Amino acid sequence: MSEAIAVEKLSKRFILGALQRDTMLRERLISLLRAPFRPQPAPNVLWALSDVSFRVDAGEVVGIIGRNGAGKSTLLKVLSKITYPTSGKVHVDGRVASLLEVGTGFHEELTGRENIYLNGSILGMKHEDVAAKLDSIVNFAGVAQFLDTPIKRYSTGMRLRLGFAVAAHLDPDVLVVDEVLAVGDAGFQRKCLNAMEGLRTGGRTVLFVSHNMAAVENLCTRCLWIDSGQVRMDGSPREVIEAYMNTFANARETMADLRSVKNRRGSGEIRYTGMEYISSAGEPINVVRSGDAFTIRFHYHAEKPIVFPSFGLRLYTEMGALVTDTSTWHHAIEIPVVPPGDGYLDLQVDFLNLLPARYYFSLWITEGGAATPVYDNVEHCAQLDVELSNIYSSGRLLDSRSGIVYFPQRWQIPEPLLVGAADKEEAK
Amino acid sequence: MNSEWFVEFWRYRELLYFLAWRDVKVRYKQAALGASWAVIQPLLTMVIFTLFFGGLARVPSDGIPYPLFSFCALVPWTYFSTILGHAGNSLVSNAQLITKVYFPRVLLPAATVLSGLVDFLVGGVFLALMMIYYHVRPGWSLLLAPLFVVGMVVLAFSASMFLAALNVRYRDVKYALPFLVQIWLFVTPIIYPITFLTPKMRRLMVFNPMAGLLEGFRSSLLATRRMDWRLAGISAALTLILLVIGALYFRKTEKTFADIV
Repeated sequence: MSEAIAVEKLSKRFILGALQRDTMLRERLISLLRAPFRPQPAPNVLWALSDVSFRVDAGEVVGIIGRNGAGKSTLLKVLSKITYPTSGKVHVDGRVASLLEVGTGFHEELTGRENIYLNGSILGMKHEDVAAKLDSIVNFAGVAQFLDTPIKRYSTGMRLRLGFAVAAHLDPDVLVVDEVLAVGDAGFQRKCLNAMEGLRTGGRTVLFVSHNMAAVENLCTRCLWIDSGQVRMDGSPREVIEAYMNTFANARETMADLRSVKNRRGSGEIRYTGMEYISSAGEPINVVRSGDAFTIRFHYHAEKPIVFPSFGLRLYTEMGALVTDTSTWHHAIEIPVVPPGDGYLDLQVDFLNLLPARYYFSLWITEGGAATPVYDNVEHCAQLDVELSNIYSSGRLLDSRSGIVYFPQRWQIPEPLLVGAADKEEAK
Repeated sequence: MNSEWFVEFWRYRELLYFLAWRDVKVRYKQAALGASWAVIQPLLTMVIFTLFFGGLARVPSDGIPYPLFSFCALVPWTYFSTILGHAGNSLVSNAQLITKVYFPRVLLPAATVLSGLVDFLVGGVFLALMMIYYHVRPGWSLLLAPLFVVGMVVLAFSASMFLAALNVRYRDVKYALPFLVQIWLFVTPIIYPITFLTPKMRRLMVFNPMAGLLEGFRSSLLATRRMDWRLAGISAALTLILLVIGALYFRKTEKTFADIV
């Protein structure tokens, strides 16, 4: 497998506060006259990238994720030779096409047709290539009737579609895409993702920066997490995305503190003191995704020995619908005695069948199978945020409009109905 | 200066034509007067010069009717000065492109230089008409005229590269430019013939490459005048030196464009 991209100890520094240094020639001349050998004041610097190293083989589709300002776009720019490294080496094998902004090179006064040629030329396509693909490009963008109108009359959506249409018909060895899919309606996003899927199956190398985790997971074979100018993690999309998502939620406490909750009923001889979520890897988390496996740990404190308690929870939607009511009693687990003091018990969830939404917990501890909680009952004391995930491996983002729960499933469509599906996709 | 630069330039030549064509198209598309702007500017200037310099001040013009004398120099000069202005700003005004796409940046000033040739051609047509009107019969030296045109194009390109790169770093260059061009107009023998100057001043004239090229152009068209080969030769050499300097400076600062534009 040949190597398409090799980045070695790449660092990129930006100089801030440009006003400190002379930006006007007359100022520079004056300062030269006054003190010919005095250097310009040391500028504030920002290291957008520090010591970044990684390699990409031909044919890999790499997703790059990270917070805003982490250095992702700078990395793409260096790979596209738009800006140059301050130190380190970058080598890219083959023709690179970058889509850092849609509609690069569009000129307002020229018509759609003329801009297709211009845009194509700027992105590196030869005139004949553009001509050969013109019809395909126009169909993809859906602007056939506006082809001879100046671009300045186009809506933003049309420009976006046109820009992406041209880029989608490039034939580069390496394609670098920066968050251009963030704009555009759902139908268009689907088209873009399909186009990129087509590139992947065509054996191209793709670098794809996005905040759309479902798309990254669906398209990419590998994922890089860039944080504060460095490669924080490099691995399979699912792992990296999960780790990344968890850092977001860490602004809040990972453990819900239940000790000070006031409106609770029950005798209090044993009561919940805390609740936390733990990932399958053993790390405390605050956010889970549809389909995840994780553990809920319930911390309690008992004043005196408690005989045959049962611990349970109720899960509610934001609207107040009861999703599920479960407990140790439901599982016919008998706990003979709980000694006084602090302790915990775990509930392991094998597969979270909940769709993305916010859910609330009510917790209770009672005696055996008693209907009314005897010892402790706290309502709506903790929340669970379930995040988007590629649940049906379709790349579609499904949220709470699709219901509360889902289940592993497959559609079986009889062959005759599927004939002609490929052609229909083309015509779209 | 390695060969890679030239190879890339050649590879992107289609884009060069496109950018030049884009400039031309936009200039001529919606402007009602369109092509005539290329002619009106030198024409009007010529009229004013004729009235004031030729008429009132009685500046001699080597035996050629003053309007023709000045127009002959004004057509290439208009090209040169317009190019300097546009190309000098070409990088900054295309900041959007430079920060988003890779292509050899030198294509931008080069495209301006190329698109200006269309204006030059239009002006040239009028010049030919004028020559016919004044019954000027050009000699074999007419064949030399394209050489001088090439020289002026190269000079314009060299200056453009240098100024465009400089303008990215120091933004006030584009304001100083019109002033510089004005001065350059007066130190070049456009309004007056070179014979108008004292021998001492004529010696200083060698430092102005435009002087030799313009004089040469004029002499080649209006065959009544003797060609000043020495001056033309020096100007050509200076032009080549400036080409190298301009290109080197551009190449040196090219890497920082996307960061500071």
